[in-house]
Amino acid sequence: MADHILAIDVNGDRHRVLVTDQRTLLEVLREDLGLTGTKHGCDVGECGACTVLVDDKPVLSCLVIARQVDGSSVQTVEGLAHDGKPDLLQEAFAELGAAQCGYCTPGMLISARSLLDDNPDPTTEEVQAGLAGNLCRCTGYIKIFDAVRLAAARDRGL
Amino acid sequence: MTQSFSVVGKPLPRVDSMDQTMGKTQYVDDMTLPDMLVGRHLLSIHAHARILRIDTSRAESLPGVRGVITGSDLPITYGILPISQDEHALAVDRVRYVGEPVAAVAAVDAATAEEALGLIDVEYEPLDEVVTLEQAFADDRPILHGDGLGQNVHRSAALEFGDVEEGFARADYIREDVFFFGGNTHAALETHAALASYSQTGKLTLWSSTQVPHYVHRTLEKVLELPAGRIRVVAPAIGGGFGGKTDPFSHELTAAKLSMVTGKPVKINLSREEVFYAHRGRHPVLMWIKTGFENDGTITSMRFKTFLDGGAYGSYGVASLYYTGALQPTTYRIPNYRFEGVRVFTNKPPCGPKRGHGTPQPRFGLECQLDKAADHLGIDPATIRRRNAVEPFSTTVNHLRITSCALVECIDKVVEESGFAGKHRQLPSGRGVGLAVGAYMSGAGLPIYFNDMPQSEVQVKVDRGGGVTVFSMATDIGQGSTTMLATVIAESLGLEPADMIMVTADTDLTPVDLGSYSSRVTFMAGNAAVVAGRKIRSRVVQAVADELETEPGSIVAEHGRVGVAGDPDRSVSWADGVRLAIAATGPLVESGGYTAPKLAGSFRGAGVGISPAYSYSACVVEVDCDAATGIVKVERVWLAHDIGRALNPLLTEGQVEGGVYMGLGEALYEEHAFRGSLHRGPSLLDYKIPTALDMPPVETFLIESDDPEGPFGAKEVGQGPLLPVIPAVANAIHDALGVRIDEVPITPPKIVAALREVSRGRPGRVGPVTIPDYEFTRLTRVEVPEGFVTP
Ligand code: FES
Ligand code: FES
Repeated sequence: MADHILAIDVNGDRHRVLVTDQRTLLEVLREDLGLTGTKHGCDVGECGACTVLVDDKPVLSCLVIARQVDGSSVQTVEGLAHDGKPDLLQEAFAELGAAQCGYCTPGMLISARSLLDDNPDPTTEEVQAGLAGNLCRCTGYIKIFDAVRLAAARDRGL
Repeated sequence: MTQSFSVVGKPLPRVDSMDQTMGKTQYVDDMTLPDMLVGRHLLSIHAHARILRIDTSRAESLPGVRGVITGSDLPITYGILPISQDEHALAVDRVRYVGEPVAAVAAVDAATAEEALGLIDVEYEPLDEVVTLEQAFADDRPILHGDGLGQNVHRSAALEFGDVEEGFARADYIREDVFFFGGNTHAALETHAALASYSQTGKLTLWSSTQVPHYVHRTLEKVLELPAGRIRVVAPAIGGGFGGKTDPFSHELTAAKLSMVTGKPVKINLSREEVFYAHRGRHPVLMWIKTGFENDGTITSMRFKTFLDGGAYGSYGVASLYYTGALQPTTYRIPNYRFEGVRVFTNKPPCGPKRGHGTPQPRFGLECQLDKAADHLGIDPATIRRRNAVEPFSTTVNHLRITSCALVECIDKVVEESGFAGKHRQLPSGRGVGLAVGAYMSGAGLPIYFNDMPQSEVQVKVDRGGGVTVFSMATDIGQGSTTMLATVIAESLGLEPADMIMVTADTDLTPVDLGSYSSRVTFMAGNAAVVAGRKIRSRVVQAVADELETEPGSIVAEHGRVGVAGDPDRSVSWADGVRLAIAATGPLVESGGYTAPKLAGSFRGAGVGISPAYSYSACVVEVDCDAATGIVKVERVWLAHDIGRALNPLLTEGQVEGGVYMGLGEALYEEHAFRGSLHRGPSLLDYKIPTALDMPPVETFLIESDDPEGPFGAKEVGQGPLLPVIPAVANAIHDALGVRIDEVPITPPKIVAALREVSRGRPGRVGPVTIPDYEFTRLTRVEVPEGFVTP
């Protein structure tokens, strides 16, 4: 098991972390960097709770070997706010009750951010498709769909 | 009479919602302590075997391993119910299901702990397995809890209220049906985790994702033989529960023991696979129902037999068993009722309480049978339900006290909003609607262990700056109990919920609340909060009245001010009012308690099903089915719920939507299925829970019946709305395709099989046909309660 020095940018901060071959990005984020906002519900790519953005693309961080993302920039839920101001999605999720236990929420927010970046005005069907990889066991998703659409509308200045 | 409220009834967000969305909420696995070790369990690979020998020496000598324990280190048995103390934290002498913890390791990191597990040598002697009901009733299989061969019956119950034979004798139409409800599991997104820290001073702290810190506290006291005063249990944020975190679990005890052994903090986070084995989910239930009707649909008599496959241990099983018979009479006036049930032990993960605890299974059978009877009698599904609906403020034949009840209003609402009458039997083939109802308890009437102390206690402390701190052991598992408590206190004091400082679920800091199960928290902790809030309020009001030289009766506390109603010049700020009160009468600290009224009848089993109030729900589901593939698409769900009063309609609606979601999963996809004794797929890939793509629109209607004993009139919402969803789906599928799938989950192959039967000229039905020939325990005949009115 060789060790490597991983250089990544997380939420705008540069980090160098010593990792083994098998260390996952999820472990680096939660254990090495203490960014526990990213959750995990399975560790094998089934639940979406660990979703983060790597170079603006959503990935399941539990399935990403940290070495593979050497030199990349990563965004987690802790980095969604801009200058201390919550992202519109974070506000809309809070306002509309889209988080119950809140455990799926960080991953859900990241997937939703990625969806809105690609499609600023999604229909409910498009939101459903965009969040299909993120399981939520509490809400029945309905308030999550509403929150994503509300944030999108606000983003478009409506 | 309309009451006016300042914050009750407003759709406010959860008090912690911004922390949640900013990623700041701390769950157990997000916590670390200095010098913390990682714990792991070694799981049994056998469903049933004797443990001949465990050798941990190789694991112990692995560098980085700090502690290894086995069953002999934790020899004391425990279990959530005082009558079922049949579990060990780690198997002693015998394993009873695949996945049962056998040994536990603490090491410097996860990789070392995993490696150490592989170095533990366990020698097993496999035993015959007991997997099916038939095997459990056979007398040539090993007894799971005992020695030798024999039946594996955990508990049997047989109760008769009224005279069922007399009831059948006057029926115009009698039908018998057999149903099966497959087991399923909670699958909360957060896997169970526990972090234990044993200090040099001999104090143990356990942070755990538990719904019941008080019961975990008691279990640690018993098994670890530590004084309760030296144990602190804290439940930080919990990533979903649904009943899956309501037992004391092995890892809570092993983390604690390993911390005591190693002198270091130990954290154990169960893997997703381990959660499937820890289980405690919905019991698979086979049931037989015989009901007599008059020609107009009035029920004259009912017999209900249930067979529960309990898995390897007791858990809540005795309660689960009685629950399969208890709540049928809470929705329908059944004048004569006999319930017979049995729970067996099998070599599978233990079943326990899942949302609706023991009642979704019989509700499914009952509501499907009613539809079949209505069909036969030429009555529509809504009419037969209205005709039999219980009356508010009545008593059921099995001695349950009904208070507020808006069942008929719920039925009317969903029938009207869904256009049920114009759709039922009238939609094109493949499309259909189904109706069903349900009822659930607002808290179990009795605590789990016998005592006369309050079931909920709440403390409120106000500081000199006016800050209000609320202390309660209620655990917020996502249902919003913390926000509910903040709302109740804020309403009493004329403040905003977001201003309350909430200290919850910590046995050192908070007074006892029994926990988040049986939908008890809003009713019980809410009522305790009402009492505490009123005491604080009246002290502040009195002090301000004295200051303003007026009567307390003329003083109101609202919008952060306390003073003469309608006269802003004669008022003080809340903080000034608080200082006046402290100066006048000392520290501003008050508490409130709630004890449910004595409701239990005097027969055995009477403790299960009683509740200070019942919520009611009615549901219409519309489906579009593909006859070729058997795939069911749920188009829309209408659900009306008698909540008593919605303290927070946003959160209440969220509970309804979540309940509908979980009900749809149970109806169509989810099954905790086994191949023999082996779980078919202990993963979220194989165990299919609905995704965002599977979720239909839900129209929620909150009906406010203003319960006389509920806090501000409120009742439960966490569990009830799930109940009618499952049979409504089954009834809708029947309306769409003319087939009856009397077995949950209703998967495409079952629908295709039923349609194939139809094409062969046979009845389009899939489901069980017979029940085991089992002789239930001796029947207890119970007099109908005083005041029971035969319909
Ligand atoms: S933790 Fe479940 S997908 Fe990564
Ligand atoms: S809010 Fe609990 S899993 Fe989504």
